Amino acid sequence: MNTPAVQFKQDASRLSADVRHRRIIQTAMGNYEKARDQRKADFQNWEGARQLAADTKWEAIAHLDRHIEQFVQNLEARGTKVHWASTAQQARDAVLAILRDKQAKVIVKSKAMTSEEIHLNEAIEQDGYEVVESDLGEFIVQLREEPPYHIVFPAMHLTRDEIKDVFQRKLHDAPSSDPEELTMVARRVLREKYLEADVGITGANFAIAETGMLSITENEGNARLTAALPRTMITLVGIEKVLPRLEDLALFLPMLSAMGTGQTLTCYNTLYGGPRQPGEPDGPEEYHVVLLDNQRTALLADPEQRDSLRCIRCGACLNVCPIFRNVGGHTYGTTYCGPIGAVITPNLRGLDEWKHLSYASSLCGACTETCPVKINLHHHLLQNRRNSTRYKPSWWQKLAFKAFAPIANKPGLWSLVTRLGRFGQKFHGLVRGGRLDPAYAWTKTRDLPPIARQSFREWWRTRA
Amino acid sequence: MSERDKILARIREALAGSPSTPTGHRSADIPVRESAPGGVADRNVRAPTRPPEQSRLPDAAEHRRVLPAVGSSFDDELNLFRKNAADLRADFLLLSEPAALATELKSLCATEHWQRAASHRGELTEPACQVLGLPVLFTDAAFDKRELARCDVGITECDALIAQTGTVIVTSRSTGGRALSVLPPHHVVLARRAQLVADLPAAFKALAAKHGASYPSMISLITGPSRTGDIERILVLGAHGPKKLTIFCCQ
Repeated sequence: MNTPAVQFKQDASRLSADVRHRRIIQTAMGNYEKARDQRKADFQNWEGARQLAADTKWEAIAHLDRHIEQFVQNLEARGTKVHWASTAQQARDAVLAILRDKQAKVIVKSKAMTSEEIHLNEAIEQDGYEVVESDLGEFIVQLREEPPYHIVFPAMHLTRDEIKDVFQRKLHDAPSSDPEELTMVARRVLREKYLEADVGITGANFAIAETGMLSITENEGNARLTAALPRTMITLVGIEKVLPRLEDLALFLPMLSAMGTGQTLTCYNTLYGGPRQPGEPDGPEEYHVVLLDNQRTALLADPEQRDSLRCIRCGACLNVCPIFRNVGGHTYGTTYCGPIGAVITPNLRGLDEWKHLSYASSLCGACTETCPVKINLHHHLLQNRRNSTRYKPSWWQKLAFKAFAPIANKPGLWSLVTRLGRFGQKFHGLVRGGRLDPAYAWTKTRDLPPIARQSFREWWRTRA
Repeated sequence: MSERDKILARIREALAGSPSTPTGHRSADIPVRESAPGGVADRNVRAPTRPPEQSRLPDAAEHRRVLPAVGSSFDDELNLFRKNAADLRADFLLLSEPAALATELKSLCATEHWQRAASHRGELTEPACQVLGLPVLFTDAAFDKRELARCDVGITECDALIAQTGTVIVTSRSTGGRALSVLPPHHVVLARRAQLVADLPAAFKALAAKHGASYPSMISLITGPSRTGDIERILVLGAHGPKKLTIFCCQ
């Protein structure tokens, strides 16, 4: 098996030359960009909103212990069972223990990136249960046995014909490739699953400390049904999702919608504060919340990068990233892709294996500029680069700089080397872009402009 | 030591260990000219890089200064709700007299060919259901979810309407449980004019005022009929929840 870095390079070079793939992504992004910009313009002061959101999330993280304790206390007070999981394994075990206890057969799930992070579906299936993703995009990629392509739009890389094919193959039901008809096929299939399911599993977008509630943002109603019909409900949530107060949602819900999908507000923003309460006719009899650390506290301990825990997973940084738009989501090989994924994956899964993601960036800063909670994304990419070279310096880079430094420090030597380079470049044409080219890594996909015929110093001398 | 104690201890250790330092370029290893005005470094300096010492959270007034504008009069709010509902492809009807509700409901029932309805017992919903002359499943007490799934319409009241976003708020306690507003393919909301609030801060304030002592187990902000864009980002209504949302606002 290839290392993640080699795999990334292979997939990236294949996909960045794939015009069809690029067209699909550009079309999807075009619609999103227009809507997002309109929503931002609806705000009286978008920059002000970003600042307030960043401040609020800072407060949540700066006193995370206090907020988490308050959140759990409020949640438990109304009959919810809270499970604390330091690792992915503990979170999977907690979920599997509930499934065994409930003698579950069918489990219906609404979209949760945390469950991708801990590979929950594989674990559930290995234990012999049937688990069905209910978000349409997730349902499609589950049928295709693929991970989600994007944290908000899991199936954005597929055309309607590809979706029709997989429906035909797996569901034997695909009347046409019309998006409406395909959606209705999924609606019919999943409706039966909601009614059948013993357990519903969801993720969450925010955890409200003040009231002990989980806030779930969605458009389809699949999370609503997942939380309404099965007798047991489980929510898997990262500890960094805490917001101090209920009223903070007045800011975060419209900001998440604007950046995530370009909507004023997504269709369903729902708060869950426990199992069915006295006087309520339906809803689960048991509610379990699994609180996931999985290296988040390690990120919190890094004073330089802890602001990346402010992330609300809106996907806006993916959408503006020139790298993501060319290499696509699967190329990253991570749960969280794009700039935020490149920043946090080395922290969550190890710098040595994932440092290459920090180099998959033009450092243009579009991610930092768009981030609604003002995470310093492209600077964190630079820090990851620095940390990785400090941790494991590359011998040939060290050698190259050892050779370069004395030349760059001595004007005479510099001038000599420049002149030699100018002379040598005359013959570059013979090998340019080929394997014999010493600058092949650069010239295989780019031009190498000629060294200027006259340096500044030379020009300055002739001027007098 | 329980996992709970371990996680809390790690959080406390992480926060106590080292205060946040200014991030990015300004660290010693990657020097950058700090005086570059308007440059990347400058922007970085202005970005918040450390959590505030004192917890200071923005209040509703600060939220209102940045959120989308709603206008100043009640009529502005009503018009904004109407415009938002239209953009969301929800139907919004403002009724001038109580009798009009019966007429409108009967005509909707006929055009949509409802056979079975579901609702909960409320001041507005009960008389409305009588008008329909259909078998009605009331979800106030335990009910069969498969029976609800066979209903053509769910008729509920609401806790509030939000002008700023075109949103309807329902809860598991005040509007017939969790499934009634999402399982049937058509959701009809019966609201009162006085339930219209201007914006999101006002809506959360109203929720706290009404339920603060003991919140329902579910509170849902419904903004338009269920939708998806997961296939080629093309909008399709009625992904899993209702395809249609009709809001009647009574005087």
